[in-house]
Amino acid sequence: MKRRLFSVFICALVPLFLISCGTSESSEKDDNTLYVYNWGEYIDPEVLSMFTEETGIDIVYDEYETNEIMYPKIEAGAVNYDLVCPSDYMISKMIENDLLQEIDMEKIENRANIGEDYWKNSEEFDPGNKYSVPYVWGTVGILYNKTMVKEKVDSWGILWDEKYKDEILMQDSVRDAFMVAEKYLGYSVNSTDEDELQAAKELLQQQKHLVQAYVVDQVRDKMIGNEAALGVIYSGEAIYTQRENPDLEYVIPKEGTNVWIDSWVIPKNAKHKENAEKFIDFLCRPDISYMNFDYITYSTPNIPARELIEDEDIRNSPIAFPVLSDYSLEAYTCLGEKADRHLNALWREVKSY
Amino acid sequence: MNNRNNRFLAAPYLIWSAGFIIIPLVMVLYYAFTDFNGSFTVSNVTAIISYVNIKALMLSIAFSLAATFMCLIIAYPLCLILTTVIKNSSSFLSLIFILPMWMNSLLRTYAWQNILERKGVINGILAFLNLPLFYIINKPPAILLGMIYDFLPFMVLPVYNSVSRIDKDLLNAARDLGADPFETFLRVIWPLSLPGVISGITMVFVPSLTTFVISDILGGGKILLIGNVIEQLFTQDSDWNAGAGLSAILMVFIVISMFITAKYDREDIK
Repeated sequence: MKRRLFSVFICALVPLFLISCGTSESSEKDDNTLYVYNWGEYIDPEVLSMFTEETGIDIVYDEYETNEIMYPKIEAGAVNYDLVCPSDYMISKMIENDLLQEIDMEKIENRANIGEDYWKNSEEFDPGNKYSVPYVWGTVGILYNKTMVKEKVDSWGILWDEKYKDEILMQDSVRDAFMVAEKYLGYSVNSTDEDELQAAKELLQQQKHLVQAYVVDQVRDKMIGNEAALGVIYSGEAIYTQRENPDLEYVIPKEGTNVWIDSWVIPKNAKHKENAEKFIDFLCRPDISYMNFDYITYSTPNIPARELIEDEDIRNSPIAFPVLSDYSLEAYTCLGEKADRHLNALWREVKSY
Repeated sequence: MNNRNNRFLAAPYLIWSAGFIIIPLVMVLYYAFTDFNGSFTVSNVTAIISYVNIKALMLSIAFSLAATFMCLIIAYPLCLILTTVIKNSSSFLSLIFILPMWMNSLLRTYAWQNILERKGVINGILAFLNLPLFYIINKPPAILLGMIYDFLPFMVLPVYNSVSRIDKDLLNAARDLGADPFETFLRVIWPLSLPGVISGITMVFVPSLTTFVISDILGGGKILLIGNVIEQLFTQDSDWNAGAGLSAILMVFIVISMFITAKYDREDIK
């Protein structure tokens, strides 16, 4: 009897212990800090220390790999992040589910540095530009190795060419993979039409025996290492990969592609809203924005920062700064949870095919 | 007095098993049998009956059976050789099998990716020697290789333990009574080593059945095991209920495998 009591006591003790650990941590540091949650390798680390030096605000910095990994953490509110950098469609999902608070734009004095076009594009997922400040943007396209692919690459169709069996790297992220098939078929990247989705799924299944691997970040390293001839990749990685391997070339296929913006947002449960706004303002400064561009090579929406780029080829690069009207580009919108899960299930059907 | 001290010493274990085994298990079962609103449902569990999920489960079982079998085929002769031929075999064993385990298994799996890649270490050497290249990366053999490599120590250690404990006098006695080496093995060594073999089988089969990392890294995301399906349900769909439902199914298979091995174990003792 006594023994049983003892174990009951222990069982009750464990959660209590865990809870107390959780609360003491968050209540302890309420001073001058800023909790930032950003994509992996998405900022020049020097920028973080410069900000701390200039303002005296300590930054606690965490990273994530995909929007889908970030979302549940913000939703659960386990850590009170003050600043997150999701993509367009995820921002609209967060606004819809009331997870964000409005940014006081008056405090972002450098906001005028962000090009007018990007504010306008942001209206698609953030009407009135209330919740988000653009950070970087880009397209999705094909990176190919000129020594392995001799023909002209201008269509998604090359990813279905039997010649390149085992030479193709596809994105292992649901929306990007389906985007490729949908664009090739001439559909919208935000289609929820069952017939269109089934057609896209079947196309991806037909492609599977040609694909060397489904990967996300590894497309970059594998292409640099000449592991494959063709890979689907974000435009921001293109300049970096070309620096490492000059045989690589990036194209936006003629059928069109996805154009995306990653923007800073402040979650509802943020505890240091003013620090977050100071940091956004800091990042909008041309010199800081330029430092980040030079480090991560993702296109910056910051106009004066672009002028600071010394290398003319990069400043006018059609990869980093394409003339948007030349291409048929489409942003992702939030499809809703039910459609998301349906798409995920279709993607599993492709991968188990 | 003594008794009470013992109980006190068991407290860390009790805390551990309550916090990290029992509570999570109960939570998995709770999520498995409830829907998003928290009301009872069996749809998460019956979701296993779909082409994708059944195929993933069958593939997982096939891969783990193959990996377990291969581990046994490799480990058993190795342990026999180690115990009979090499004098200080336990330190040799720890050198080649325990030392690699100090490294993170994820790193070791990534290392295999680099070794097997088309421009990887092996193909680099083969190309230098003008030999035909070999491609198993992103194909089923690479996954099997990864499983065997990652889980082989879990087979070697228990088998080695039971083989090395066999009394040499028993072997001498068998020889005196006219048994040839094969008969000695079949009627003395094998039955006595069986407990080690059985725990080895469980310790390889269970992690192979549940892995999703090896199939992701070495299979190029082209082969979907049940572990991958569950992982995606949790991370991409953030549908904990569906993920927990399939986890519960997987637990049934694990319990069955442990039940079978435990049964053989007990029969052997009799």
